[in-house]
Amino acid sequence: MKISKERCVGCANCVPICSVGAIYIGDDGLAEINTETCVECHNCYRSLSFEHLQPGLTRTIRRVLKKMSLRFQPDPDVCPTEAFIPDELSWPRIVRRAFSDPMVTHESTGVHGRGTEEVKTNDVSHRIKAGDVGVVIEFGRPGIGVYFREVQKATMALAAAGVVFEEGNPVTQMMADRAIGTIREDVLDEKVLSCIVEVTVSLADTAKALQTVKQICRAAETVISIGVSTVCNEDGSEPLREILEREGYQTGWAKVNLGLGRASNASISTGGTRS
Amino acid sequence: MTNTLHRFGTPDTLNNDFIVFAMAAKGFNEQGALDKAKAFLRAAIKYQPINMGNALVNSLYRPEKDLTFIKLYFVGRQQKTTYEKLIDEIPGPGSAAVVFDDPNKVKNFVRDVKQLDLGLSINISALVDDVRNICGEVEITPHAVEYTLGFHGDTSRLPERDTLSLTTMCGHGMVSANFAKKMIDRVKEGRMDPQEAACCMAKFCVCGVFNTTRAMRVLNRVKKGQ
Repeated sequence: MKISKERCVGCANCVPICSVGAIYIGDDGLAEINTETCVECHNCYRSLSFEHLQPGLTRTIRRVLKKMSLRFQPDPDVCPTEAFIPDELSWPRIVRRAFSDPMVTHESTGVHGRGTEEVKTNDVSHRIKAGDVGVVIEFGRPGIGVYFREVQKATMALAAAGVVFEEGNPVTQMMADRAIGTIREDVLDEKVLSCIVEVTVSLADTAKALQTVKQICRAAETVISIGVSTVCNEDGSEPLREILEREGYQTGWAKVNLGLGRASNASISTGGTRS
Repeated sequence: MTNTLHRFGTPDTLNNDFIVFAMAAKGFNEQGALDKAKAFLRAAIKYQPINMGNALVNSLYRPEKDLTFIKLYFVGRQQKTTYEKLIDEIPGPGSAAVVFDDPNKVKNFVRDVKQLDLGLSINISALVDDVRNICGEVEITPHAVEYTLGFHGDTSRLPERDTLSLTTMCGHGMVSANFAKKMIDRVKEGRMDPQEAACCMAKFCVCGVFNTTRAMRVLNRVKKGQ
């Protein structure tokens, strides 16, 4: 992302809305983007409203008002002169946008943003089987960001613990060697708003896997959000909650798949797999 | 996309926050999923959800790209679009989400969706015991549960709890901590009312899962210094 020096009037409305704090007012009084910090989420370009004021006239008015100790202050969600210019991104920088902009479909999964379908479509896909636990470890969330070089430290630790990485996951797709958890060299210095590492373990190994995740968290330089999922029994109960509470985790907020989905594409035609 | 899994707050503050969303599984049931997603969203209109969205077209609350001096100062801002317009604009299959602040509305909506038998995966993100109660009342046996275990790692980098309660209502991180803090400050200073600030933040959450009622609750509490 770029900010046009010709169009920007230095109102600074874009400074706080940046998801990673990459926008600042430079020495010339106009907004700039720290391209190393920017994760190309396009939040500034997409979500600020644009008022089409004439930049030269607006700057003059701002200067005059300033002399009278008054301030030109557009609504906090408005860029008064439409000063943002999206860049044409090339590899490997385009990886930043694929993982950071929720309106971009990730090529490897067909899902918007950085994630996967996880357990949300499990009533149809059955990617997590009965007796298994899906663990999603999201690096950089909420609102901190992460470099893939740091994510690699975690994926290597997980690989050493013998976990199986989820196939349909964007980070797995970028691994150079899944057996040792290395990520391709050319993206290691790319920063993203967050990315999710997904592994599957057996219910019996859940506590052990969470211990490994805890060790990863202790060494992390970013924030990590953890989610764990399992398939319910026929009566709707599930054994995971008890395990989690025994491990000292609170289990208030959750996402519940109601089991109303079914496979229906013509090529599959299973006639329904409702659980 | 785990954008509704990690909302920050105590059970008390997470009360009456329900996100119901429909999703097709790639390779299994995406054929015809666009019309089904639209049917899901249309079924919700009857219950007046407080937010709605689809990442392809933005949420009910959205930026205005065509503001002019006259429109801004004489006509006024348009904070949100209509349910019908949003649904008509959706160009392709993707997740469709609706947000409620009332468990009875969720219960009745889920009952309707069950009867519609769309075949899409339907999920509810909320306090798990509340969802289980709703499932019991509409006679649905849940298929799977995903729990959040919260935030770990270098948590010293996180903002304070009220800011975090607001920012984590957009799981994709589009409501930045600095902006949420700015909204809190403006409300405290009496320069914006909580509703205005909540709507302003909701515009940044493109999937439409930002709960404006809960945001107002947080802002009202913070305003009074509680």
